[in-house]
Amino acid sequence: MRPGREMIDDPFAIQTDDISKHFGAVKAVRRLSISIPKRGLTSIVGPNGSGKSTLVNLLSGVLPLDGGMVVIEGAILKAVKAHENPAHGLTRTFQEVRLFDQVSVWDNIMVVLTKRGLFSALLERVKPAQRDRARRILETVGLWDKRDALAENLSYGQRKLLEIGRAMAMEANIYLFDEPFAGLFPEMVVKVKEIMNHMREQGDTIVFISHNMDIVRELSDHLIVLDSGSLLAEGEVDEVLSEPKVIKAYLGV
Amino acid sequence: MQPPADSQTRSAPNSRSPKALLAAAKTNVELWANLLIIGWALGFMLWKGVGFAIAIGTVFAIWAILTVSLNLVVGYTGLLSVGHVGFFGIGAYTVAILTSRAEYEQLRTEAIPTFGWPFFAALPVGVLLAGVIAVAVGVVFNRFRDDIYVLVSFGFAIISFNVFLNWRGLTRGAFGIHEIPRPAVGGWVLDGELEFLVFALAILGVIVLLSWLIVTSSFGRVLTAIREDEQAIAVFGYQTTHYKLAVWTISAMMAGLAGGLFAGWTSFVDPNSFILLESMLLVAIVILGGLATIWGSLLGAMAFVLLEEGMRFLPFLPAIHVGQARLVVLGILLVLLMVFRPQGLVGRYKL
Repeated sequence: MRPGREMIDDPFAIQTDDISKHFGAVKAVRRLSISIPKRGLTSIVGPNGSGKSTLVNLLSGVLPLDGGMVVIEGAILKAVKAHENPAHGLTRTFQEVRLFDQVSVWDNIMVVLTKRGLFSALLERVKPAQRDRARRILETVGLWDKRDALAENLSYGQRKLLEIGRAMAMEANIYLFDEPFAGLFPEMVVKVKEIMNHMREQGDTIVFISHNMDIVRELSDHLIVLDSGSLLAEGEVDEVLSEPKVIKAYLGV
Repeated sequence: MQPPADSQTRSAPNSRSPKALLAAAKTNVELWANLLIIGWALGFMLWKGVGFAIAIGTVFAIWAILTVSLNLVVGYTGLLSVGHVGFFGIGAYTVAILTSRAEYEQLRTEAIPTFGWPFFAALPVGVLLAGVIAVAVGVVFNRFRDDIYVLVSFGFAIISFNVFLNWRGLTRGAFGIHEIPRPAVGGWVLDGELEFLVFALAILGVIVLLSWLIVTSSFGRVLTAIREDEQAIAVFGYQTTHYKLAVWTISAMMAGLAGGLFAGWTSFVDPNSFILLESMLLVAIVILGGLATIWGSLLGAMAFVLLEEGMRFLPFLPAIHVGQARLVVLGILLVLLMVFRPQGLVGRYKL
């Protein structure tokens, strides 16, 4: 973390204070204040268009905040900059799988393992330690055999796993997974669950968006329910899911 | 375990599957392209003699420096710039002006300032000036992407051409600058064509080596990631604007170097050498040879020079039409290539 930045001692990995985001007249996120506890799995659920992905984009600096502020790992931020994510110990995946398509699987992982500075990157060649790390990650997500293939030639599930592998390579404290289970075969779902459980055991904070309530119930320690860009409920999974307004708004039963 | 970073070394999982056969056929296109162009060059040399080969060798070296450097920006980083010729011109004019000598310039109707620097003092200044202007231009260009990027770089090419044409107090406009001295070190002057060819090829060699070091470094890997998805790579902690500015500046400095070389070789520069069309040709050659491959750019430049020079000897084509005809042929080639082989002769990436 940068010296001179305003810091607070924070029991939460991420807090947002009144953050807003609008696209033209559409208010995707309206004065949203949530808290994501440190360590463990937090899931974000909500109907389509409720602002889940926008929230993740705001937290990772992909979209600029229109108002409010966030606290990530104790750093108080009025503007989140994407390139400062590693400094906050934060990384993410994208809902619509954004890999470096015409680049090999190997380089998709390697590119996040290397130095960030211009001149150090210019002088840096791949070192055995980086190779070992990339290899471990590719073996974990089961893509070691595909290392030379272009990312665009992978199947959807493999692409999803590669993206998760790329996030793992960041060795962050906070992982934001945008719909990691969507469109995956059952055996791949198991693999992703394993990865996330392993991260939890290591004491990382995992936030994921999902529409699959079974997985949410099974995995999460903490649940946030969004509706139309606002917070509907947050807290322990079972408590939240038994709240009448949640049942009415989201589960529709 | 050696992870291949290069496009040439892909392993076919099953050599009998149709996919592998298709891959093998594709490899053959590369092989044939290589054989054809190198064979053509050798055949030409045998037919027209060594003197001719030396002359077009220098043309090739200058074009190749331009295409290799442009490929860093267009092929590796995905910034489709048609403004490269501007930096080529800046390098050429800087050398022309700084080396201009009073004894020649006083004979002209329109006087320009004379400096009388030696070539090797003027060349680094040209390269640096191209770099400084590239930084200023690049800061603005970084705000744009994709089609708009093409348009603004188009604008840069037009502006630079008009500066060369209309800043007459410095460039003598359409008359051009004559009698640019050949490079000289001490008492040794590179006035022979062969000496100049060796010099130009040596510089090309340095440029190729530098480019290779850049694209195989971690920096180069980030460039390809920027090409594929700039926002995504930024999320992983990269200041993409810095990377784009850096590669843009490096590329522009290489183009400036080619310009200085060009001025020293022809002994004459005028704005017509730096028109937008030349930039378009450069982009076409880069795409033709293959995006994001240095060898492809070398091959493309060689094919282009052979084509251009070869057409001089077509019996049915009057010499004055060669300039126009090369564009027609290149245009047709480019269309055919985009239809049948969008990755270029030896490339792997598509635009």
